[in-house]
Amino acid sequence: MSKVLMKGNEAIAEAAIAAGCVYFFGYPITPQTEVAEYMAKRLPKVGGLCLQAESEVAAINMLMGASAGGTRAMTSSSSPGVSLKSEGISYIAGCDLPCLVVNVQRGGPGLGGIQPSQQDYYQATRGVGHGDLRLIVLAPSSVQEMASLTAEAFDLADAYRMPAMLLADGALGQMMEPVDFSVFPKRELPEKTWATNGTKGQRKKNIVNSLFIDPNELENSIRARYERYAKVEENEVRYEEYMTDDADIILVAFGITARIAKSAIADMRKTGIKAGLLRPITLWPFPKKKLAELADTAKVFLSVEMSMGQMVDDVRLAVGGKRPVHFFGRTGGIIPSVEEVAEEIRKLAEA
Amino acid sequence: MKTVFDRPEALSDVPLHYCPGCTHGIVHRLVAETIDEFGILGNTVGIAPVGCSVFAYNYFECDMIEAAHGRAPAVATGLKRTHPDTVVITYQGDGDLAAIGTAETVHAATRGENITVIFINNCIYGMTGGQMAPTTIPGQVTTTSPYGRKRNVQGSPIRVCEMLSTLDGVALAARVSVDCPKNILQAKKMIKKAFQNQIDKKGFSIVEVLSTCPTNWGLAPKDALQWLRDNMIPYYPLGVYKDGEAIRDPE
Amino acid sequence: MTTRFIFAGSGGQGIQFSGKQMAKTGMHVGKNVTFLPSYGPEMRGGTSNCTVVISDEEIGSPSVSTPDILVAMNLPSFDKFEPKVAPGGILFCDSTLVDKKSEREDIQAVYVPATGLASENDLTGFANVILLGVILKVTGIFDFADFEDYLLSNIPAAKTALIEKNRKALELGWNYLQ
Repeated sequence: MSKVLMKGNEAIAEAAIAAGCVYFFGYPITPQTEVAEYMAKRLPKVGGLCLQAESEVAAINMLMGASAGGTRAMTSSSSPGVSLKSEGISYIAGCDLPCLVVNVQRGGPGLGGIQPSQQDYYQATRGVGHGDLRLIVLAPSSVQEMASLTAEAFDLADAYRMPAMLLADGALGQMMEPVDFSVFPKRELPEKTWATNGTKGQRKKNIVNSLFIDPNELENSIRARYERYAKVEENEVRYEEYMTDDADIILVAFGITARIAKSAIADMRKTGIKAGLLRPITLWPFPKKKLAELADTAKVFLSVEMSMGQMVDDVRLAVGGKRPVHFFGRTGGIIPSVEEVAEEIRKLAEA
Repeated sequence: MKTVFDRPEALSDVPLHYCPGCTHGIVHRLVAETIDEFGILGNTVGIAPVGCSVFAYNYFECDMIEAAHGRAPAVATGLKRTHPDTVVITYQGDGDLAAIGTAETVHAATRGENITVIFINNCIYGMTGGQMAPTTIPGQVTTTSPYGRKRNVQGSPIRVCEMLSTLDGVALAARVSVDCPKNILQAKKMIKKAFQNQIDKKGFSIVEVLSTCPTNWGLAPKDALQWLRDNMIPYYPLGVYKDGEAIRDPE
Repeated sequence: MTTRFIFAGSGGQGIQFSGKQMAKTGMHVGKNVTFLPSYGPEMRGGTSNCTVVISDEEIGSPSVSTPDILVAMNLPSFDKFEPKVAPGGILFCDSTLVDKKSEREDIQAVYVPATGLASENDLTGFANVILLGVILKVTGIFDFADFEDYLLSNIPAAKTALIEKNRKALELGWNYLQ
């Protein structure tokens, strides 16, 4: 299949269908509504269903029901809606169910704005729902990755029986770029023997449940889950490096911001400043080993984000005090310009 | 010797945790008998609520899901829509179904979700120890309405069957009671109908079961049954509020 | 080589269409492209704008603060974006609707009464396509035939009148500055 020019939100939907997800539960919210609109058009034609829920809360619980039955399904929203879904995400994690939740981020807090943001980094990597839990968080930085990481997120969720999140932003959701849908690798996945889709008299009953009244049982269930999380951290870290080999200044940026950082680095290289980029593709698991390695050779780090500084905490933890870690960000829905990021690099080079 | 009374196959062989005199056990049995009689154990998936019947996932032999508080109808929707050949039941209390989960209940009903809802109304929050429920009747004393429920303070209770019977997606909305053998037989009849409706794809079916909570009402089991008759049935009249089929458009 | 466009005007003038045509043609001739529309309440009844980047290299920001090429199809768009055109850049202006001239000396300004031309030539609603023809001529960014092919191939073959109007409008623009 040749390349098609597509919106990021549409690319998510098309990739999901290509990945065998024909059930979508959602609620309209800017700037991700095109995901639901695309699904509403396409899914009835492929024998699936796009159901508009009465609320984000209902949508995530419909997803839980579908997933409990062993069916690949997804929901999509934007920041305020993801806050509402947090409860359901916690239950899904506690029940060891796989699913995909998409967050096309907008500005917050509260109603915030509708322009692109990366203010939900903490929420995605730390605070989505109560309890000890993790999501696999994938951060695309192009429309092509909106598609490829959607497909990958489903597989990762199934492989590790845990929810995955695609953490995008309004710019990636709304912008159009060429996409090629023919390039997604398939992964061997375990059979869903745990699904509650009727015993058919063939097996003992399955229970999908997150309640353990005995604290010892609860602790054991969490520890077992964390053993799986450890495997994810071991096997599934993804990142992209750009000109890091000889770099004195390492920028760390994800999503749309990483592209701007890249342009700024390219511009600064022309002036002889040795800058490079580490772009985390998985925000959890975070590429902390790689950053620790880079701290041996680079002199200084700069986290560039569309927030007041959230990922910078993880960069600091990874660098472990070996090198100074600086932060530059725009927030509230403003995309930093290449020029202002370049200026930050220049200041660090002169310092 | 002939066996005349036995545990239904769909009911697990485990001790129930319910308080003495609680009528959850009766309703569990009616549901289990119904599953047996239809021969659908291998096809049924039950959804447990948060509340006293939270452990229902341990009491039925079919596949079970434990949902978040109030979300059972949404979970049921997701399961039923993706697995239309299963029989999906939710078992929910009054706080779960008519307070925190009102939106999920009303919208699953109006969409005509082809599911069966067993709704236990005992006018109180049992699991958390006797707080006011959306169905607590005017004047009733609970730990969070210690001076009695006052309409100008806590508002009026919700009559769920009456409310849902106005929705086009509802096939069956019936209120029954399990205070005496005659009413238990009627309850069984309505529960069977609610299952039959799902099998026949008629739409959303809800059976509201007036039940007792001797522990949190502070009454002996027998007195609790009398309290139900004297106080609940007048406020929540028994009967069939809707019996038909969800209105749908042609495929 | 990277060219950054802002197309701006009122809702209904085909602003998004123009931007998408640029991006699509860029994709078909093997360039990297991004198209970023304005979205949200901005879209409703008011101004409409979009940003297109066409490049031989990997594209960093899809958002553009200082465009190389500005297409302004109403006065608010002119006022908002004209000061931001990069030095050496080009302003294309629908002079039927914008009765102002740029006072900048570091940019090239091209005034085309596109809306007027459209109504005179039975091409109402195609002022944006007329401007696309002018842009092709002035910038040389794409081969005219390539652009016309991708423009017309998107229209269902049955809509012959629509195909004809697009062709006529594009050619009118292409020949306007002779």
